Amino acid sequence: MNDTIKKPQISERRKFFTNIAHNAGLGVMGGLLWAGYADKAKGSTLTLRPPGALKEEDFLSACIKCGLCAEACVNRPSNISKLTGKPRPGTLKMAKAKDDVTIGTPFFVAADIPCYMCEDIPCVPVCPTGALDLASLTNKNNELDFRLMDMGIAVVDPNSCIAFWGIQCDACYRACPLMDEAIKLEYDRNERTGKHAFLKPIIVMDICTGCGLCEKACVTEKPAIFIQPREIALGKPGDHYVKGWDSKDEQRAVSQEAKDVTTKTERSEKGAADYLNEGVDFE
Amino acid sequence: MSNVKYLILRRVSQITLLVLYFGANAYGWKMLAGTMSSSSVLEKIPLSDPFAVLQMLAAGAVLTFDVILGAMIIALFYGIIGGRAFCSWVCPVNMVTDAANWLRRKLYMDKIERKVWMSRNIRYYMIILALVVSFVSGLAAFEIISPITILNRGVIFGFGAGAGLLVAIFLFDLFVLKNGWCGHICPLGGVHSIIGKYSLIRVKHNSDNCTLCMKCKEVCPEVQVLDMIGKRSEFVVKQECTNCGRCVDVCNDDALGFSIRNYLKQ
Repeated sequence: MNDTIKKPQISERRKFFTNIAHNAGLGVMGGLLWAGYADKAKGSTLTLRPPGALKEEDFLSACIKCGLCAEACVNRPSNISKLTGKPRPGTLKMAKAKDDVTIGTPFFVAADIPCYMCEDIPCVPVCPTGALDLASLTNKNNELDFRLMDMGIAVVDPNSCIAFWGIQCDACYRACPLMDEAIKLEYDRNERTGKHAFLKPIIVMDICTGCGLCEKACVTEKPAIFIQPREIALGKPGDHYVKGWDSKDEQRAVSQEAKDVTTKTERSEKGAADYLNEGVDFE
Repeated sequence: MSNVKYLILRRVSQITLLVLYFGANAYGWKMLAGTMSSSSVLEKIPLSDPFAVLQMLAAGAVLTFDVILGAMIIALFYGIIGGRAFCSWVCPVNMVTDAANWLRRKLYMDKIERKVWMSRNIRYYMIILALVVSFVSGLAAFEIISPITILNRGVIFGFGAGAGLLVAIFLFDLFVLKNGWCGHICPLGGVHSIIGKYSLIRVKHNSDNCTLCMKCKEVCPEVQVLDMIGKRSEFVVKQECTNCGRCVDVCNDDALGFSIRNYLKQ
């Protein structure tokens, strides 16, 4: 009887390998689930990060999720309400599970509470990991400079911006902490009435820091000016388009030429610049 | 009262830390700011979670002097003095799992439960897995699921949907596996076990006084470390002991107490 229902014996050797396979299998299963979640956890590319944040990818690996930036933001002296003596809600929030931002990392929503671009930038020096990079906000004189902030860029939707309709509104222009630098008003003739002007807000790309005060100030039901991360909002023409009328940019073409040309034929012996720009004087 | 002395001290320690963290955000206190991932004491001394720093390294971050120093301070403190005390004296999730464990005893769960077995070494494999996933994803892998920092941040900045994870851990410990999270799975507990392996403060057993009532084994969250009870008079040296002192509390026979391990005599 015993012989017929005897359990199959396995050798120590077989047991050893089965155990390894078992553990490795569980490890791979867990690892795949975990890595899959980690990939999802990276969150939306539309996230606005605090001033001085590294490139999103580097920021995510460097941020230790301590919240010191958010605490410095809410407790900065300029945030203490004069009426109540208590701090108002801070700009920086620490992401929670439902926020579509990597959990525990700092971010802000400009339409709720924009960045007020404090002169002393309290949120950055407290970062222990360099995920908020102090050097990127330090100017040549070794001083903190809020003009170097680059959290995103304002984008205007001209279809819903009432200034583009011809209604006078310069809310964003006046809210901008870099007034008449980051947002300029472009005057244009209103052909419809023949006697009015358009005062169109135009974003100056290099100056705008993406603080979001314009988005907060915008009077339309859903803001017609809003902040996006630069990688999202901006295009890229590619290196091969050159502003030939700009002597600096033209220089780029000249230095590129040497690298670019790989074949030399009778026709390509002379670069295009040689004959196209013959006799043209650059300023 | 004497049978809850260390329990009360531990709760005081855990809650005081949470209050300090909370006050740092809500009232701008400087005593202890940040979270348990990384803190600053009086705006001067950095403290960092060594495991979080390891994961950052695996994820490809360039480490700064501050976090390395912070992680070293923590590792040295627990390594030399506290042992695995982080888990029972600091970590807020300990309060959640202790509550589950307490309710477990009240409900006699061990009497009715289907036996679920898990290796207590899973935590060490979790460490390796966390580092591998960090490396692959470029994101500190345990930090995005850690119930410890979710609870810690929840207290400081307000809870979100992540609170569900804490409920899940409570239910897991209550209905699935005794000491399931802290005693089997949590990789941070594993890291602190390793860090604290040679620490000085240890529970010491005196088997001459022991009456074999086994109350200590009933309350101990890492019961395998108490294998000498009633047999040998020696220190509890297994690294998984969290120095929680529950065994010392419940012992009525003066057979257990905290002591300082003397390496010179051995």
